[in-house]
Order: sequence, then C-alpha cells, then structure tokens
Amino acid sequence: MSEFVLETAGLTKEFKGFVAVSDVNLKVRRGTIHALIGPNGAGKTTVFNLLTKFLTPSAGTIHFEGRDITHEAPALTARRGMVRSFQISATFPNLTALENVRIGLQRRLGKHFHFWRSTKSLAALDDQAMALLESVDLAQFAHTVTAEMPYGRKRALEFATTLALEPSMMLLDEPTQGMGHEDIGRVVEVIRKAAANRTILMVEHNLSVVADLCDRITVLTRGSILAEGDYAEVSKNPKVLEAYVGSEDMSDAHH
Amino acid sequence: MQSNMSALERATPLIFIVLFVIGLAAPFFIYPTFLMKILCFGLFACAFNLLLGYVGLLSFGHAAFLGTAGYVCGWMVRDLGLTPELGILAGTLAAGALGWIFGTLAIRRTGIYFAMITLALAQMVYFLALQIKATGGEDGLQGVPRGHLFGLIDLSDNIAMYYLVFAVFCIGFFIIYRTIHSPFGQILKAIRENEPRAISLGYDVAKFKLLAFVISASLAGTAGATKTLVFQLASLTDVHWHTSGEVVLMTLLGGLGTVLGPLVGAATIVSLQSELADTVGSWVTVIMGAIFVACVLAFRRGIVGEIMALVRRAGIR
Ligand SMILES: Nc1ncnc2c1ncn2[C@@H]1O[C@H](COP(=O)(O)OP(=O)(O)OP(=O)(O)O)[C@@H](O)[C@H]1O
Ligand SMILES: [Mg+2]
Repeated sequence: MSEFVLETAGLTKEFKGFVAVSDVNLKVRRGTIHALIGPNGAGKTTVFNLLTKFLTPSAGTIHFEGRDITHEAPALTARRGMVRSFQISATFPNLTALENVRIGLQRRLGKHFHFWRSTKSLAALDDQAMALLESVDLAQFAHTVTAEMPYGRKRALEFATTLALEPSMMLLDEPTQGMGHEDIGRVVEVIRKAAANRTILMVEHNLSVVADLCDRITVLTRGSILAEGDYAEVSKNPKVLEAYVGSEDMSDAHH
Repeated sequence: MQSNMSALERATPLIFIVLFVIGLAAPFFIYPTFLMKILCFGLFACAFNLLLGYVGLLSFGHAAFLGTAGYVCGWMVRDLGLTPELGILAGTLAAGALGWIFGTLAIRRTGIYFAMITLALAQMVYFLALQIKATGGEDGLQGVPRGHLFGLIDLSDNIAMYYLVFAVFCIGFFIIYRTIHSPFGQILKAIRENEPRAISLGYDVAKFKLLAFVISASLAGTAGATKTLVFQLASLTDVHWHTSGEVVLMTLLGGLGTVLGPLVGAATIVSLQSELADTVGSWVTVIMGAIFVACVLAFRRGIVGEIMALVRRAGIR
C-alpha cells in the first residue's frame, strides 16, 4: 500500500474559459485528516467534484489507492471507498432518519435490485442503522421524517449515512457550515471518531476546527495551491494571511 | 404526523380488501365492458405512475407500449392462434423489450429532454404502425378472437372475460405495489429525492431507472394486450400520442405518487368520456384540457392525494 491514498497530478478544470481549478497536485496521506481551505470561490468544491467524478477534469489525473480513476463513473469511485458529503446537506428528505441510513447500508447488502421482495426484508439492517444513528446522537430521531429535523441534525444524518458505507476515505465539504457552537463541538467529535480508521479530506472555513482536527492543510486560492503544511506553518505563512485580506482570523475574513 | 401516517397505512389493507370485494361484485351491477376498460386504463396509469410518481421520470411515450403490446397480442391470437393468456404474456414481453430500447436511449436525460426523447421514439412507433402491413394500418387488427383461457374457459362470455381482466389487473397492481415497497423501491425513492446523493453512495442510478422503466413498460403492455382482447381490436388510437397524454392526465387527476390514484383517475376519465361523448360530442377534448389545467394549477395532489391530506389533517386535530 502506498503512503498516499489519493494523489492528483496537474488537476485542472475550466468552465468556458474560466479556470476554476488550475494545476493542482494534491497528495493525501493515509490515515490523516487533511484540510482544504481557501476563500470563497477558490475552487474547493470544484476540486471535490473532480475527485468524486461529479465533474470531468479538463486536464490532469487522479489516483485513488494507486489506481487511475480519472475517467471512472462517480458511483464506481464511491464503491471503491471514496465517499463525499455535499456543501448543502444531502439527505433524502421524505424518508425517515432510519431509512436514510438504510439506503447507505443497502448498498453492501446487495439486494438493491430486488423489486419482488418486501421492504420488510430490510429489517435485518435496522440494528446496524440504529447503531449508526446512535453514534451521531440521532437515536431519538430514528422515525422522524428527515425534512422535519433541525439543520444540524440533518448534517449528522448525512454523516451517518456516509459511515454506513464504511468508506476508506471521506470527503467532507464544510461539515460545520451554518452550525451553532454546540453542534460544531459534536461534529468535531464525530469526525475525530470516524477518522480513527480512515482518511479524511475536508473543506472547512472554521479555523479552530481545522487547528483542532487536521494533520495537514492545503490552501487553495483562485484554483491553485498557495501553501501546504501543518497548521502552525500555514497560519504563519504571509502569503496565506494576505490571501485572507489582512485579517488575523481567516474565518472572520470569510464570513 | 407519524401516528397519522401509520393510521393511514394500517387502513390500507382494509381499503384493498373492500376494493377487491367491490371488484368481484361489480360486473353484476355495472356494464362489464365499461369496467374492463377502466381496469385496463387503470393498470396502464398505475404502470405509468411507477415511473413519474416514484422515480420522477415523465415519459411522454407510454402509448407505444400499450399499443405495441396490443398489436403483438392481437396478431399472435388472431393469426397464430395462441391462447389469450399467451397473447397477454407475449404483449407484455414485447412491451418490456421495447421499454428496454426506449430506456437505454433516454434514461441518461432528465426532465423535458427525457420526455421529448420518449415522445420522439413513440412517434416512430406510431409511424411504423401506420406503415407496415402487419398492423393493418388505419384499420388496425380487427376481429381478434377472445378465445378460450388455457384452452378451457370461453371468454366470449363477458363475465368470464371480466374476471380475467380483473385478475390481470390485480396481479399487475400487486407487482407495482411490491416494486414500490421493496428494497429496489427504496433506492428509487432515494434517487427521486436526491439523485446526486444516491450516486455519491455508489448507486448506478441509470440502472435503477432503466429497470423501473422496463417494469413500467411491461405492465403498460399487459394493459394494452388485455385491452385488445376485451375490444377484439388493436388500433392506431392506442399508439397515438393522445393516449400518452391521457395517461398523464389520469395519473395527475387521480393523484401522482399515490398507489390508488391512477386507478381513480382512470375511472374518472373513462366515465367522463363515455358520459360526455353522447352529450357534448367533440367538446370532450376541451373539457379534458380544462381538467388538465385545473389539476396543474389548483389541484396538484389529485383526488387521492387530497383525500389523504384531509385524513392526515383531521388526524392532527
Ligand atoms: N458548474 C460551474 N460552471 C461555471 N462556473 C463554476 C461552476 N462551478 C463552480 N464554478 C465557479 O468556479 C469557482 C470555484 O467555485 P467553488 O464552488 O469550487 O468554490 P469554493 O472554494 O467551494 O467556494 P465556497 O467557499 O464559496 O464554497 C467559482 O468562481 C464558481 O463560480
Ligand atoms: Mg464550496
């Protein structure tokens, strides 16, 4: 096994002449929590879309677990173990929390084309689904329709659904966005727990969360990598401070 | 909210039993041919609803499956002498195969593009039906004998024919109900609710949509083949885009994405058409159009959808 789970070389994405991601060489080390930060519009979500195959790169390659996945279908990349979350919470709003998690579990059960079976055949997954909900503190919402859950809880649910796939790598796009203090604390703990046996790449604007969680940080501005290192290195880098428009606190500059 | 949902769910088996009994008794009170027409269109609309209501795909070419199955069944029964049950089976399989072709070509498109491709393909089927000899062109396939079910039961008896149609409807309805409430149906719902998320969880959504499309097309074919036996005729009307539009109307009027809505919608439209045809003549089209507009503007949940919403609201108070 190579030291790096994920490697990109010369990754570039152009939208009609506008270069959103430019020559990005990103290496994510196995078992680490790696942050991708940068001001609004820097291209972070676009990088995620490229990595998870939701967009095709204009140039460059992506290797996951040593395999060239540049031209794979997004669902296949997910099945290989790299699963993403979305910047705007992505749940199935008219399903209950339990059913949401079960959608994740069903993938590995392999019965998903069985149209002649009753939904009752999925009950075997309920214990596992409950355990996942409990792991993100959502047990009491198990039978609530997701649309009726508070925002922070929806994000937690999305996280549990992703965990259901037992991915070897998770990509989290601003997991704490729009959350209050308490929710953030909870999410940080959940991420830390999830990181115990997998690699995480996360976009995050809240720098105390980044400082707290992340082993390595890549700073992206205008589609290119500006700096990379651990938190101490990056936060002292004058170029990085400048990119965040003279503010000491980068997260303040963002909002 | 939750307890009311399950109250509705608990009432579901009871509603089905009542409807089943009504279905058994109905031909002794109402003209069987009329009932058979409702059941055929009801199955057609239920099959269509599987796609629009549960996957969110608007097919505007479902008449192709209804009509093609009708031709295949009519031809096999009349010219090859197959028994009626084999005719229905052949029609179903033919529609399923055609559905696979349509689906493969259209499934990666969404929204209006999907509707347009299915419409275009269905128009090709229409022109083929108009041109080739085997379909009888403008005349259609006339004089299709109903024959003997399993070579035994004489279907020229309207009551016997009715029970065959009723059985076919029940089987088709059960398949759709089961599909909706299956592990596969759960993934379909997930795709309808949030397709990118379903992809990101590793599901090849195109494959799921295609299977749903083939099931829907097959059962639309079952309805078409059965209808051909009932009326002893397979004609261009059944492959015409009017029919594709009619099934949209039936489904919307009855209640999109509700299990029973399409049947209710089909019954309403078929009744209206037979009532109005005698009294207002060609104004039927205008009235249908007005109903369509009313559904889209003011009455989005459809008949069954509105009733369910009422029951739920009553439960809250
Ligand atoms: N599909 C698209 N078509 C055209 N331009 C796009 C598209 N997606 C993103 N962009 C542009 O690419 C740039 C990078 O966007 P991206 O969403 O990746 O930024 P981000 O770093 O995630 O920002 P934020 O912090 O606001 O989430 C933006 O200028 C955006 O307008
Ligand atoms: Mg973003």
